Amino acid sequence: MSNILQAIDVHKAYDAHVALNGVSLDIPERSIFGLLGPNGAGKTSLIRIITQITGADSGEIRFRGERLNPSHIAQIGYLPEERGLYKKMKIGEQLLYLAQLKGLSKADATQRIKAWIDRFDLRTWVSKNVEDLSKGMQQKVQFIATVLHEPSLIILDEPFSGFDPINANLIKDEILELREKGATIIFSTHRMESVEEMCDSIALINRSRKVLDGPVSTIKDTFKTNTYEVEGKGRLMVIHPDFEVLEHKERENGYFYDRIRLHEGVTPNDLLRYLIGQVEIHAFREQIPSINEIFIRRVRETMPESLVEENV
Amino acid sequence: MDKIWLIVQREYITRVRKKSFIIMTFVGPLLMSALFVVPIFLMQMSSDEKKIVTVADAGGLFSGKLPQDEKSSIRYIHAPTDLETAKAEFKKSKNSALLYVPPFDLANPTGIKLFGRENLSLTLQTSIERMVNRQVEAARLQKSGIDQQVLDNLKANVDVDTVNLSDEGEKSSNSMVTSGVAYFMAFLIYLFIFLYGVQIMRGVIEEKTSRIVEVIMSSVKPFQLMMGKVIGIAAVGLTQLLLWVALSSIVITGVSAVAGIDTVAASRTQQLETVAQSAGATPKETEDKTAVMYKSAMEGFSNLNLPLIIGSFLFYFLGGYLLYGALFGAIGAAVDNETDTQQFMLPITMPLILTFIVAQSVMIRDPNGPIAYWMSMIPFTSPIAMVIRIPFGGVTAGQLLLSMTLLVFGFVATIWIAARIYRVGILLYGKKVTYKELSRWMFYKG
Repeated sequence: MSNILQAIDVHKAYDAHVALNGVSLDIPERSIFGLLGPNGAGKTSLIRIITQITGADSGEIRFRGERLNPSHIAQIGYLPEERGLYKKMKIGEQLLYLAQLKGLSKADATQRIKAWIDRFDLRTWVSKNVEDLSKGMQQKVQFIATVLHEPSLIILDEPFSGFDPINANLIKDEILELREKGATIIFSTHRMESVEEMCDSIALINRSRKVLDGPVSTIKDTFKTNTYEVEGKGRLMVIHPDFEVLEHKERENGYFYDRIRLHEGVTPNDLLRYLIGQVEIHAFREQIPSINEIFIRRVRETMPESLVEENV
Repeated sequence: MDKIWLIVQREYITRVRKKSFIIMTFVGPLLMSALFVVPIFLMQMSSDEKKIVTVADAGGLFSGKLPQDEKSSIRYIHAPTDLETAKAEFKKSKNSALLYVPPFDLANPTGIKLFGRENLSLTLQTSIERMVNRQVEAARLQKSGIDQQVLDNLKANVDVDTVNLSDEGEKSSNSMVTSGVAYFMAFLIYLFIFLYGVQIMRGVIEEKTSRIVEVIMSSVKPFQLMMGKVIGIAAVGLTQLLLWVALSSIVITGVSAVAGIDTVAASRTQQLETVAQSAGATPKETEDKTAVMYKSAMEGFSNLNLPLIIGSFLFYFLGGYLLYGALFGAIGAAVDNETDTQQFMLPITMPLILTFIVAQSVMIRDPNGPIAYWMSMIPFTSPIAMVIRIPFGGVTAGQLLLSMTLLVFGFVATIWIAARIYRVGILLYGKKVTYKELSRWMFYKG
């Protein structure tokens, strides 16, 4: 799989503040990529370099193997975190203007606007000023403006903040469909759980450095601790060299909840077999760490304790 | 370039369509013509109302014959020669002033007093003083044996024709017309830099507060956005100016045709005639005089180098606007809302206001003096200073070229500085900016 975007050792500093410190990334073609990290980690700085709003102090960005240059602007669609529209401009004109700024011809833009307007049910609003629209509708318009020129790379900064659940789902569906059509999407967010299930690959950024990146499945595999959750009824007594009980909770009416880690070389079936003899089992599943947990663990491993507190 | 053009179009169309633009387009000419017509009416009104000055002539200066002048706004009437009675009467009356002339020595007249109700206006005081002086002079002349008839014949009333001596030969000029043209152009430039410069600033602030700027920034360079905005708004300004000129001339012609200026002019002529008649001249001569005045004004106007004046006006109009427009744009980028703009507005508007004030006094009086010269060279002041100087002539081609070149360089430099402030400031929210910080932004790397 080739990469649509590569960042190679990117540095960026503002005055005394270092925003990016040697960040390298590979973003595969036709994927959904999560750029994750707490606020102030440097995500927006990296995005502004990719969208050519600012330049890097050193390092390089490559778009499909070419050094990033103004000709790529038309191939990138960007929905910033701080997004808005001209309040006193009609929806239709505004979309046309933004599309033309991206290099679309007037005829093409008009045709595509019509299609999107129909799709999002905004027909009756086309000649209304933005200030007359509800927030949800404005968000739809902003999304249309981001993807109207059919960019091959779509960058969404904190895409679901401020979206109501219905719009969020609508946008999620559109994003999945855009990927089907061949686009690559970068999600940048500090709310890791909100995009976890959609991302193919991620990169974790903390304090201007990349702490971890790779396909989500690989990362989760690496961070699995071979721990299983068991729920059931009965008196559970685990006294076995292969199993280690991390947590044990007694609940009402003889129910229990346990977290049990398996030692090297032991299979979940071994545990099940051992448990079935003792108790009645209602639920048994592997505990997969969330990206959030992985992030916290990773930050603990790579950073002094004092810094972790501030970030998490 | 395509993108700048798109931005120019958007800025132009959204602004020209605004209600405020349409309203200003129609109200502007009305206000402007009001500016011309109202003072004429006011003048006429105040001239109808005469001030009455009573004269207690104890010294017999006027020998029972007080000067009466229809043209002046003062009427003199006799009062009892006894000062105390005169004062008491004056207190009861509504008269403006009481002039007391004690018995005096003609060689050394002293003790003449003027009593007023409150503080007398300066104009009233000087005209009374002048009248007394004239009277004393006349009395002295008469005493030395010169006949009144001879005196009247000696009086002269000559209008000096001013003539410009230049390489192209002699040209009659009219310094009133020249000053008027100069002042009018300076005023227009001053007004438009303020009106439309502030619009640029507002536009930038609006893009910041509506948070659209980052979306735009991902499509165009900050410099393109700023240039597009500055040029687009300049086009709006020019459109408004042309509409105003067109509408104003329609309104002024209309107003004067219906009622206004013709009647004013007529009443003026009438006044002149009565004056002339009392002075013993025929109405014909007076008519000639007015015609000559009008003719000399028109001549003065047509003898101005109009192509040069209009050409350089447009150059300085645009140049000055672009120079200041870029700076106003930079202010907009550096702040979050309009209330924060004050601290940065002052140093930028200062040179403009200063030039305008100097232009009205020093420059019009001495359009080729050192102050006018230097101010017409410095890019921040030249847009106003140069249009003041040009109608008077005396600006050499070399000076004009130097001033224009400096303005272009000044414009390029300010755009460069403004673009840098703009680039950093435009994505900054919720931060109060200081001058120190601004100067650092100029040297930021992309």
